[in-house]
Amino acid sequence: MKQSATLEKTTCYHCGDECLTKAYTIEEKHFCCHGCESVYHILSQNNLCSYYNYNDHPGATRNRTDKRFAYLNEPSILSSLLDYSDGQISIVTLYIPHIHCSSCLWLLEQLNKINPAIHYCRVDFLKKQLNIRFDHQKLSLQGLVEILYDIGYEPLISLHDIIKEQNTTNADKLVQKIAVAGFCFGNVMLLSFPEYFGLSVYEQTFKHFFGWLNILFALPVVFYSGKDYFISAWQNLKAKVLSIDFPLALGIAVLFLRTVAEVLTGTGAGFADTLCGLVFFLLVGKFVQKKTYHHLSFERDYRSFFPVAVHLINGNQEQPIPLSQLNTGHRIIIRNNEIIPADAILLKGEALVDFSFVTGETLPVTKVLGEIIYAGGRQTGYAIEMEVIKPVSQSYLTQLWNNEAFKRHKDTRIQTFNQRVSKYFTIVLLAIAIGSLLFWLPTSVTRGLSAFTAVLIVACPCALALSTPFTMAAALSVFDKNLFYLKNTSVVEQMAGIDTIVFDKTGTITTRENTQVQVPPNLTDEQKQLIYSACINSAHPLSAMICRELAGVKKHVPTLYFEIAGKGILATINGHKLRIGNSAFVLNQTEVNADVTKVYVMVDEHYLGYFALLHQYRGGLNIISQLKQAYQTYLLSGDRDHERNALQTFFVEPGHMLFNKSPQDKLDFIDLLQQQGKKVMMIGDGVNDSGALQQSNLGIAITDNVNNFTPGSDAILDGKSFDKLPAFMRFSKDAVNIIHLSFLISVTYNVIGLSYAVTGMLSPLTAAILMPVSTATIISFTSIATHFAAKKRKLK
Amino acid sequence: MSIIYFLIGCSVLLALAFLSAFFWAQNSGQNDDLYTPSVRILLDEDNDIEQK
Repeated sequence: MKQSATLEKTTCYHCGDECLTKAYTIEEKHFCCHGCESVYHILSQNNLCSYYNYNDHPGATRNRTDKRFAYLNEPSILSSLLDYSDGQISIVTLYIPHIHCSSCLWLLEQLNKINPAIHYCRVDFLKKQLNIRFDHQKLSLQGLVEILYDIGYEPLISLHDIIKEQNTTNADKLVQKIAVAGFCFGNVMLLSFPEYFGLSVYEQTFKHFFGWLNILFALPVVFYSGKDYFISAWQNLKAKVLSIDFPLALGIAVLFLRTVAEVLTGTGAGFADTLCGLVFFLLVGKFVQKKTYHHLSFERDYRSFFPVAVHLINGNQEQPIPLSQLNTGHRIIIRNNEIIPADAILLKGEALVDFSFVTGETLPVTKVLGEIIYAGGRQTGYAIEMEVIKPVSQSYLTQLWNNEAFKRHKDTRIQTFNQRVSKYFTIVLLAIAIGSLLFWLPTSVTRGLSAFTAVLIVACPCALALSTPFTMAAALSVFDKNLFYLKNTSVVEQMAGIDTIVFDKTGTITTRENTQVQVPPNLTDEQKQLIYSACINSAHPLSAMICRELAGVKKHVPTLYFEIAGKGILATINGHKLRIGNSAFVLNQTEVNADVTKVYVMVDEHYLGYFALLHQYRGGLNIISQLKQAYQTYLLSGDRDHERNALQTFFVEPGHMLFNKSPQDKLDFIDLLQQQGKKVMMIGDGVNDSGALQQSNLGIAITDNVNNFTPGSDAILDGKSFDKLPAFMRFSKDAVNIIHLSFLISVTYNVIGLSYAVTGMLSPLTAAILMPVSTATIISFTSIATHFAAKKRKLK
Repeated sequence: MSIIYFLIGCSVLLALAFLSAFFWAQNSGQNDDLYTPSVRILLDEDNDIEQK
């Protein structure tokens, strides 16, 4: 927030941004731009103003007001977007990033009032999806999207299908499996009670009846709910890996077979209750571990932010074509704020390209005619014409995305504790089981067999299998309370094993949003007004920043205004001649000290000084010094080294600050560190370090708005929590320690159970008590210990 | 005591009915979106609310 504004600030009725002008006012309500005003206009026309009653400023700012949805009439694009279509009705599901409050929900479910051709709308709030059924005879998809756009809810239509990705998460029917297991567990417990308390001689017939019923109940538990364990164990055996699923599957199989055998021979009651309980708890553990963040995507690639269609120029008309059909030699037109989808040569227009996606440089670059512009840049300013020289799939940026780092599964990952332990666990378990079998065989075959099966039953690593999911699920919820979102539970263990941290500079340790503008000293109010009046006419981002800084001063109308792309502004206002721009343009000399971006100002041939744009560092930068005690820290940056001195205090060691690195260089650097045996964590913010994020053992994407685009990564960190990073690192180590402790507890239980089991005298009652008790102990211990660890690290 | 056979049969059948009801609910997508309805219920139906 700025202190300099002396005037009372008016906020936009629609979006809550500051109003820099009084031009947009309806019924005493102020708006910051024409976009917001027009949304209000549409809503008030349709009697939908309750929208503003549920929340203050529910809208999004709308400083772009040109529609470009003509491509939605292309049949090929249309068919890929619609869920269903017949002669009359179409159904479409759209992803709308701006859905964030009850006003959104209310408005989007009232679309019918704006256009009666829309029959049905349903919002899924967490997934930010809108499902619409509409009459496509009366309203095209383009019309529908334009309506949404007009009310400020532009859907995000991209090649990377977010909607399909979000809706396939529930494919494995885990909930149904838990339901079946729980249902059988309850019934079997009930039927086993008489057995525990002993049946009189008269009631022996019940024993058989209950036994058979128990087998019946155990069937779906083994063959439906527990199916996955057998499949996974088999696959692991084929791959010659011993995972924890193998002893679990073995335990389930032995429990079932022994139960069937005992009931058939009438020698005992079997272990159906233990079996059902075991599968039930295991599945609950699985369920707890599966946490999905509907509003985040960890798997995005370049397709998420490339446009679905491009406008070709054919003669003198434009025609939208799907991106996949774009080829070399095509002439395309790129408008303000559109992304250049393929490497192309500039043919016409003034290109002012924002490459922040690719290089991390925040300020746009001017390109001259005939220059090659790489894909991934965003045009700011007027429309340009370009000729494609490489198809999308071979463009520079796409090549980077298609680097091996993205192809390979992260098999270089640090093995989780569970994976390491379960191998030895299985071997020891089988050794004890076979040992006790051989020990009893000379005495009696049945006793040998019962000892063998009892060992496998008791030592079934239920508690071990549960310790990780419950600890990690608790840890994950602590993390996301602190605005740190992990892709899955194994990321916590990866974090604990890290020894090297690499920071990206732009947007990671500097913030993207608040570039500080240093105003030249001694400006009079009149001069401020003149500069503001000139800059307000320019679309250049630097002008916008200056206007934001000077906001609230009086505006004059220039009598002459002339903007030279890449140089600056010439204007005459109130008889004063202004020159605002770079040093070559204003002072006729090249920039001497290029450590900060400067905008020079001259009024009536009198040089007043310059506006300097400084990167603002993120709060809590001193954490880097804290991290340095335990980790090796590096800085990688895509831009020039003009901030080397400022950052010298944080990265003291020589060679730990690297500038001018291309995305590929960053990836290679991480690779180099890994070859030296380091476990590298990379913290970056954008597409320009997406390769490095993928290559690293743990990639964290940092963002100031979690709903914005984030590249593929293992975790997403909200910029507000950047200063908690050392606490996060320590807490991840705590979580791993808790897993180790709970493993010790479960081994203790196993030793107690095994002492019964090896004698071959394990009663079903002992098994039935031991299993739930150990499970309950582990679950409560991990939850409580994680809670205390979080308190200790001040993360609660 | 033979009545127990009948009673257990009844209780299992009843429980199965509940289980199949749960399956039906789960497969028909009733539990797909557990959050939105909680917001939706707070919204008023009529549009004659006084403007702020």
